[in-house]
Amino acid sequence: MRALKCRECGREYPLAATHVCEFDFGPLEVVYDYDRIKKSLSRSAILSRSQNMWRYRELLPVANEPTVGTQVGFTPLVRADRLAKALGIREAWVKNDTVNYPTLSFKDRVVSVALSRARELGFTTVACASTGNLANSVAANAAAAGLKAYVFIPADLEQGKIVNSLIYGAQVIGIRGHYDEVNRLCAEIAGKYGWAFVNVNMRPYYAEGSKSMGFEIIEQLGWRIPKHTVVCMASGSLLTKIQKSYQEMTKLGLVPESEYHIYGAQATGCSPISTAQKAGLDFFKPVKPNTIAKSLAIGTPADGFYALKVMKETGGAAEDVSDDEVREGIKLLAETEGIFAETAGGVTVGVAKKLIASGKIPAKDSVVLCVTGNGLKTLDAVNGHAGRPREIKPSLREFETILHNESATAA
Amino acid sequence: MAKKVRIPTPLRKLTNNEELVEVNAGTIGDAIVELQSRYPGIKDRLIDETGAIRRFVNVYVNEEDIRFLENQKTALKDGDEISIIPAIAGG
Repeated sequence: MRALKCRECGREYPLAATHVCEFDFGPLEVVYDYDRIKKSLSRSAILSRSQNMWRYRELLPVANEPTVGTQVGFTPLVRADRLAKALGIREAWVKNDTVNYPTLSFKDRVVSVALSRARELGFTTVACASTGNLANSVAANAAAAGLKAYVFIPADLEQGKIVNSLIYGAQVIGIRGHYDEVNRLCAEIAGKYGWAFVNVNMRPYYAEGSKSMGFEIIEQLGWRIPKHTVVCMASGSLLTKIQKSYQEMTKLGLVPESEYHIYGAQATGCSPISTAQKAGLDFFKPVKPNTIAKSLAIGTPADGFYALKVMKETGGAAEDVSDDEVREGIKLLAETEGIFAETAGGVTVGVAKKLIASGKIPAKDSVVLCVTGNGLKTLDAVNGHAGRPREIKPSLREFETILHNESATAA
Repeated sequence: MAKKVRIPTPLRKLTNNEELVEVNAGTIGDAIVELQSRYPGIKDRLIDETGAIRRFVNVYVNEEDIRFLENQKTALKDGDEISIIPAIAGG
């Protein structure tokens, strides 16, 4: 990495813990020396390295060897024939970050980068504003690295996500308010205390970690860029970084240049980006979230403008789905592929279904769905919607009565 | 009693490191003008060439985003607290 650069005005800053341009508040982004990277990063170099996200280390913003989250990433890319059939498309793949290490969401990717970089910059306390998954990941990775962690979350999060932060000994602060309010408070706390806030002052480094998901998709598809990629959007950051990963792999000559489209998925109850995209706007209007997809419930998405730009540039689109469709999406993925995703995954599946049905993603093509988090963390959202076990006495007769009734119903 | 404005870190070079400054303006738009008269240069950081608040700047009055109120026309009363906050990535 060479410097930080404002995405709005292009002014450059040193590689410190800072995230916004002093002149226009534009987000700062890491810039690299690609000519230099080209000399050391080849397909064979990548293939010779361990199977984790750090096999693309030259394209991740740390100065030295990573020290946090060295085992993160390289999750399965699952060929999803049964899902494809259900969605009505020739071919589908699921990038399965429900089994990312160690906290079962794609956030381990961004956190390993942010905390490795935070250590390089001399921080001993780390923090984040989170809708749940990020809190889990900061708490776990900080514990393993011996860093002190403060995580700030909306107080009404799913129980699973709260316990999954507390168990690691992190200081968990529940804010009575939605994520945008947690964010506002954290911006003020970050300005006052000298901590490494992974998605505030460490954001330029943090956000780059998402690219590893795109690099892996390319490699696992046999070194090609998928023609269609569906990504869920909260702040919109992941979607923009998926595009960046495709661009960088192309620029470095690791994949041939090819046509690709990137699609964004939101829940209707918090859909500022998809609403703007469908209306053909290049700016969004903030909303107050109301959806079971709490991990995506960001009403003022920081990367919303750039996400809209990416969809426009790549000829993609956005769509959103109701809470019922989110649950159906979760069930469909579970029943066809044996993958239990959290609500955000239900959003991605539901939106993919809509985009295929409307012809925006052609049925003759192949699509990759980015599934970002594990369903065990959001049991509240599907509890009562997945049926109930039937209780019987330990009696063969009772069991056979059930079995008989079932086949009668099925017939 | 006046209104208080919380100055974010990236702008404190302009306010001699003051974190909290007071204004008497009646609206957000006027408050920005008042800040500019005392801390020259601050307006350009907040307002773009079309006169709108820059897209990566979020302004809150008593914890409510002014885009849910009346943007720059949002009225201010004594004791109000105004926060200027850069947009933050997801979580």
